[in-house]
Amino acid sequence: MVKIHERKFVSVDTEKCVGCQTCEYACSFTKEKAFNPMKSRIRVVRINQVANMAVTCRLCEDPACVAACPRDALTQSEETGAIMIDKDKCNGCGWCIEACDYGAMMLHPETKTVYVCDLCKDQGEPQCIKWCPEEALTLVTSDVLAQKARIGAVKKLFQEKKK
Amino acid sequence: MFGYAGKILIVDLDTGRTHTEPLNMDYAKKYIGGLGLGMRLWLDSTKQGVDPLSAENTLVLALGPVSGTMFPTGGNGHAFIAKSPETFGVGEAVSHGTFGAELKRAGYDAVILTGKSEKPVYLWIDDDSVQLLDAANLIGKSPSETEEAIKDELGDYYVRVASIGLAGEKQSRIACIINEKTRAAGRTGLGAVMGSKNLKAIAVRGTHDITVAKPNEFMDMVKEFHERMKGPATQKYRTLGTVENVLINNTLCCMPTRNYSSARFEDAEQVSGEAVNENYVAKIIACNSCPMRCEHEAVIREGPYKGTMARIEYESLWALGPYCGVNRLDAIIKAAEICTYYGMDAQSAGVTIGFAMECHEKGILSHDDLGGIDAHFGNADALVALVEKMGKREGIGAVLADGVKAAAGKIGRESEKLAQHIKGLEVTGYDLRCLKTAALSFAVSFRGADHTRSSAYAVDMKGKVDRLKAERGRGKLVKDLEDIYSLLDSFIVCKNAKATFYKEIAELAKLYRLVTGEDTSAEELSRAAERINTLARLINIREGLSRKDDSLPWKVMNVPIPDDGPVKGAIVTQDELDLMLDDYYETRGWTFEGVPKIAKLKELGMDELTALVAGKEA
Repeated sequence: MVKIHERKFVSVDTEKCVGCQTCEYACSFTKEKAFNPMKSRIRVVRINQVANMAVTCRLCEDPACVAACPRDALTQSEETGAIMIDKDKCNGCGWCIEACDYGAMMLHPETKTVYVCDLCKDQGEPQCIKWCPEEALTLVTSDVLAQKARIGAVKKLFQEKKK
Repeated sequence: MFGYAGKILIVDLDTGRTHTEPLNMDYAKKYIGGLGLGMRLWLDSTKQGVDPLSAENTLVLALGPVSGTMFPTGGNGHAFIAKSPETFGVGEAVSHGTFGAELKRAGYDAVILTGKSEKPVYLWIDDDSVQLLDAANLIGKSPSETEEAIKDELGDYYVRVASIGLAGEKQSRIACIINEKTRAAGRTGLGAVMGSKNLKAIAVRGTHDITVAKPNEFMDMVKEFHERMKGPATQKYRTLGTVENVLINNTLCCMPTRNYSSARFEDAEQVSGEAVNENYVAKIIACNSCPMRCEHEAVIREGPYKGTMARIEYESLWALGPYCGVNRLDAIIKAAEICTYYGMDAQSAGVTIGFAMECHEKGILSHDDLGGIDAHFGNADALVALVEKMGKREGIGAVLADGVKAAAGKIGRESEKLAQHIKGLEVTGYDLRCLKTAALSFAVSFRGADHTRSSAYAVDMKGKVDRLKAERGRGKLVKDLEDIYSLLDSFIVCKNAKATFYKEIAELAKLYRLVTGEDTSAEELSRAAERINTLARLINIREGLSRKDDSLPWKVMNVPIPDDGPVKGAIVTQDELDLMLDDYYETRGWTFEGVPKIAKLKELGMDELTALVAGKEA
């Protein structure tokens, strides 16, 4: 069995994200052959001009969406951590949408079942990452995120000491 | 056919009724979209001599065939078209962001707004459902506040909004229409037209798919343009931004300073792009689908203007800074924020304040006239105070808020010589006395003084021609550049992306083919471009403009550049202008008076419009 910390998800560097929504188009084109942010598995939020961030599934360790589904339509892949949806079981009740703290779970405007980032398993790599012009998106494990934060903090500390 | 939604929304603000009509595909083919299509629709829907601020002046909102697609910068633009309350000719302004893409997904190529609402309303387009909703609680709000309030009211935070501020509500002639808080359809006063209709905002939610005819080849082209846009062709926009121009223009002595009293600003270093970026730019953000991301957000973190946030570009910085002799960046950024807050074109506002300052220096406007504001050149506090007054139309602000031509008309006493405009539209940050190709392009620009109808200034500044010389051949240079620009505004593709079209119109033709599936060639698109420019000319002719309006600001023709250096003494004489106008008209197939010849109209397939030049084209 694969360990949790080896699961990789799409992480957004808020310093780099400029809110261009290219990821939304790349996602909807990959998944739905159309340009339509309403059908993208990653969505951009612009709180104000200087606060931009794309948001998608975090592959939670104990996913609230899975726990919330009364019809057992959602399961988490043991291998990748991605949330898998049994469209036949999903009736679009939206409990998983309410349960997700990140707004990563969405109701498809046409199929009326929920959909979520599947890490582009059919394409081999998440297409949003491939297309992001700012290289703001990366596929990382929680461990790597922690490492990056740690190194960044220490670097900053030493720079401040130099001053 | 792909690319077009195939549908136009018509909103009658008199009755509150709305309906849709199929897009006239002959128009789409001939005039592409955006600017071209919008002008054609406007022409059909108005009568000659219409008062720009009357119910009869239709306001058209138009998208292009690539709107809503992933094509970088191509998906995200929209154009507003009406008769301009500043120039009384073609009023048009293109803006980018996400608003245009959302409107395309709602299923429309254009929205035609006619009449005038009895009460303030806003238009809510929710795919097929279209309503006019009460805007009483939005009155007096800034575009940003309006957007937030509408999102709250509709309970949908992904709604896209274009709205006017107080300046538009009060029908100030330099008012603009702002979408997504910082993006402006800025020039020619279309915010006043919207305000005259009692229309506070347009809110859009679009959920339909956008697809293209050749998806795989299209995506290859997108990829290619992503790479180009990350390369040298757009480096300026991605790094310092357009504010880089401050030191470039200053070094070349072509940055109008203190209301065109000088062509160089001694404090340029203090207001340079470098200084803005180092001290104020907190973040650079992007419009929808754009890998260039050029929008520089300036934030003031300390001092009297702490907490100010404004988008900053060369033109706004120049107009509110050097043109007023102001060397304090914090005050310039504050003034830009106020312009956005009230919804005013920052370029026109700055130029008008520069004018007022010179009027004060020359004793034409007294301390009392100015309501006690000490409006000497360089007084940063006076700049901020005057912008605020203009936004609210208070005191002297009411005189200045209609732009420099109207202000001079009210002030009189030879102040018109100090009013630097063409056709009523305020000048921009290029000193035309030492940029003669640009001088021609500004003179013939159908929307008045403006650098974005062609990039002729670049030909001068890069030394491709002798910038101090007026000669035959400049007409062709200007025409070709105008044609590309009009196509970009019709597709709609951002003009900052122009340099990434290495093969220019040939690549626009490829984009058109891949998106629409319709066959077209560079030659055919060139003809469309010529048609669009000719159409703009026809509209101006219908509205009474002629060769005499293809002129230059008084100082450009009467006050030589005083600064020491290679351009000292430069000026554009009437003879030089006439020589270039003759050359340009001839290149365009127009008469000596600048009227398109009937043969030319027929050649361009504009037979149905020949009546507009009847009796004038001989």
